[in-house]
Amino acid sequence: MIENRAENEMSMAENQTLADRKDQADMSVTAGERGQAEPLMQTCIKELSWIGGHPALAVKRLRASTEKKLMGCFPVYAPEELIYGAGMLPVGMWGGQSEIRFADRYVQSFCCSIMGQNLEQGIKGTYRMLDGILIPVYCDTLKCLCENWKTAVPDIPLLPMVYPQNRRTPSGMAYLQEELRRVLGELERISGRSCTQQQLREAFHLYEECRSQMRRFTEIAKEYPVTIPAKLRHWIIKASYFMDKREYTEKLRLLTDGLLTLPQERETFLGSRVVLTGILAEPDGLLEIMEDCGLAVAADDLAQESRQFRTALPPEAASLSTFEKIVHRFAAQGGCALLFEEQKTKGQLLTELVKQSAAEGVVVCMMKFCDPEEFDYPVYRKELEAAGIPLLYMEIEQRMDSMEQLKTRLQGFSELLQARKSRQIKRMESPPAKSGKSEPLGAGKDRQFGTASSRPEATNMVKREESEMK
Amino acid sequence: MTEIQRQNQTPAQLQTQVQTQKQTQTQSPDQPQISVPAQAQTQTHSKTQTKSRQTSKQMLAEMMAGHYQEARDAKERGEPVAWSTSIAPQELLETLDIKTVYPENHAAAIGARKESQRFIDQAEGMGYSLDLCSYARVNLGYKELLCSESENIPLPDFIFCTSNICNTVLKWYENLAKDLHIPMITFDTPFNHTYEVPEHGVRYIKSQFQEAIPRLEEITGRRFDYDRLKEVMKQSNETARMWKDAALTARTKPSPLSGFDLFNYMAAILAFRGKKEGYRLFQLWKEELDQKAAAGLGPWKDQTEERFRILWDGIACWPYLSPTYKALKNSGINMVTSTYPDSWTILYESGDLDGMARAYSSNYVNRNLDYSVDNLVKLIEEFSLDGIVFHSNRSCKLMDFRQYEVQRRVEERTGISTVIFDGDQTDPRAFSTAQYETRIQALLEMMEAKKRRQMG
Repeated sequence: MIENRAENEMSMAENQTLADRKDQADMSVTAGERGQAEPLMQTCIKELSWIGGHPALAVKRLRASTEKKLMGCFPVYAPEELIYGAGMLPVGMWGGQSEIRFADRYVQSFCCSIMGQNLEQGIKGTYRMLDGILIPVYCDTLKCLCENWKTAVPDIPLLPMVYPQNRRTPSGMAYLQEELRRVLGELERISGRSCTQQQLREAFHLYEECRSQMRRFTEIAKEYPVTIPAKLRHWIIKASYFMDKREYTEKLRLLTDGLLTLPQERETFLGSRVVLTGILAEPDGLLEIMEDCGLAVAADDLAQESRQFRTALPPEAASLSTFEKIVHRFAAQGGCALLFEEQKTKGQLLTELVKQSAAEGVVVCMMKFCDPEEFDYPVYRKELEAAGIPLLYMEIEQRMDSMEQLKTRLQGFSELLQARKSRQIKRMESPPAKSGKSEPLGAGKDRQFGTASSRPEATNMVKREESEMK
Repeated sequence: MTEIQRQNQTPAQLQTQVQTQKQTQTQSPDQPQISVPAQAQTQTHSKTQTKSRQTSKQMLAEMMAGHYQEARDAKERGEPVAWSTSIAPQELLETLDIKTVYPENHAAAIGARKESQRFIDQAEGMGYSLDLCSYARVNLGYKELLCSESENIPLPDFIFCTSNICNTVLKWYENLAKDLHIPMITFDTPFNHTYEVPEHGVRYIKSQFQEAIPRLEEITGRRFDYDRLKEVMKQSNETARMWKDAALTARTKPSPLSGFDLFNYMAAILAFRGKKEGYRLFQLWKEELDQKAAAGLGPWKDQTEERFRILWDGIACWPYLSPTYKALKNSGINMVTSTYPDSWTILYESGDLDGMARAYSSNYVNRNLDYSVDNLVKLIEEFSLDGIVFHSNRSCKLMDFRQYEVQRRVEERTGISTVIFDGDQTDPRAFSTAQYETRIQALLEMMEAKKRRQMG
């Protein structure tokens, strides 16, 4: 790979930001550990990527390897700590790629693909190895899925639960505690054993540790766009849904330790780094196309990925009971379409995430027919445009027979980002450089790229003059 | 005239403007009476009528025009105006005398006026997907344009949002609150996957009422009077009962009520449930219906025979009231009921906040499938129904994604004939008259065949 000196200069300010980060990521690895670290890392990458890339087989393997019962969890956020404390293993249910043959007996075609896929797979018997299924209700589609599931998939015990949307009020926090207690009671029934305070405490502690390691991984992986390209990054994170979290946390820690021994790749990376936002970025083919177009993931705001683990327990809740901890952590979450916020913070969150990860743009992976995400889009689009951040909007479904259109759009976006970088480099090379102050946003030249989308007005690739990103 | 100037017109100026508009209140007898509230000319006209000669339809038009006018006047005076969802604890608003507008009512009126496309285009141009609820798209578009041929509603000073009708409103109103930088008071009513509303749900909802009161006091600068609340609760129950009683006259065969009228009067049960005028309106309506029933009169002025009785499941197709109505009437099919009457029959003991909390979580779409099916079976028996028309409303996933299973179970339990058609509440692009008419024809044939079998 040809070293690009100008990119080095450009990224020095960004490196400074990284060093100043207040995140608790432990980045130190001893010399003695380095010798072991890389082979271990490779083993962990191999194992986790296989699990993340083959969910059905992974769950089969999990089933064979443990006495513990398996509890399926629908999106978006499930009380995994409770499931774990009750002696069971949570298993994620994030859709699939089946052809729809049965689900349309229950839902019209304009149902989001994750729900449609879950229903299809449920009817076909894909989930028969699970001992129970928990459906948390966050949106109108989930309400109906929950009800239809009772008829469509009657043989697996169903545990519906409803999280509050008023998460931060005393009323909502009291309600969630009661709901969590009720759900734990149900889980104990399914599990056949009770959950002690100690077991619940330990489960929560394990999950906090796991979330911390996952944050550490994403923080460090963004420096390795070559070793951890988009699809691999996704598989490594997704593996968490099909493993005992204890084992996953350890393997991820070793993987990240190994990464730290390698020379960083960001400065020499010739492609462009983006933030992904949406429910999920699948199918795998989509991520492969991104890689082919030279796009790497700097950070994500995906419900399936970082939204699960980016929020740690707030320090003020540290001395509370475990139920209260879960409630407080849920209240602390934000910037998610499925979680009501009186003054929504999604746009702010994305802007900051782009800055923190030194990304060059945002790729919206709009899950087709996802109303909550569709409502958020116009609001954050405006905020990102005001911040001068390039944005690509893509409509995706889990099962896509042709991705040619997406390929064209991603290619175009990648070229746009490259062109912006070249202009920035040219500006930096022309003397004299201004001292430290960012240049104000110019009027800019908006250029609407033609798209093959049926909704051209929803795709907005904006080219603007801008200051270097701080 | 700029949009802002138009918005700031005095009532007299607006009245003059509206009087020059094309559509009139009086329709031909066989047209569905569209409730288009912006009929100030009716307001002028009715001043010369005595109350005793005023029909409920005229009273309704006058009341709705007054309702919108009051909101505009309040805004002009600098008083806070609320935008609220349709099945909301309006008791709290009424107690503080807060002028309230219901965007769903407004969007429906815009749809009925056939001007929704303009607002939808505006919203879609802003990036809103056509997958989203068209009431939301119309309203979010209206927020930018602030000018319609129906009524003009003032922008809100705060939001009053209840999620019992759907979670979509949480997102829609979240955007309004963010864009307008205004407070959003939200009542989250968790979906009832159990048959009844669970106790911890009731506690949660009741606590939200209690949390809302100080916020409302702060916004309005008014003191919340709990004695007044009790009065409003009592009035709300009385009005709701009268609404229900009027709707129940349709049990008579033939029904004196043409069900499409339910769609019109619905605007008033939203806007006037906590008010005496609401009670009087429904009382008058019920009297008229009782008189018709006593005289053995059927639903239609031209005395077309009511041959079959159906339930309409879902929201009306507002831009297509006429064709949807006609295709039914031409075959003697009367829509005698829907799930709407019960949605606003919100009953509880006055003074009982727990009961009120439970009632606000108990509407049809917030209940589980078992309840929904039982509810429909009850209506089939009560109203002697021959068929059900399910409106697969592109805008309403909460109603749609249960329809197929509800349809199967109801057919299995009662043998009733049903059809589903594709439409939308306010997006004119998502309806095909041909498809609708074909489906109604199919329903007619099924109902006729069944009748022949029963007689033969």
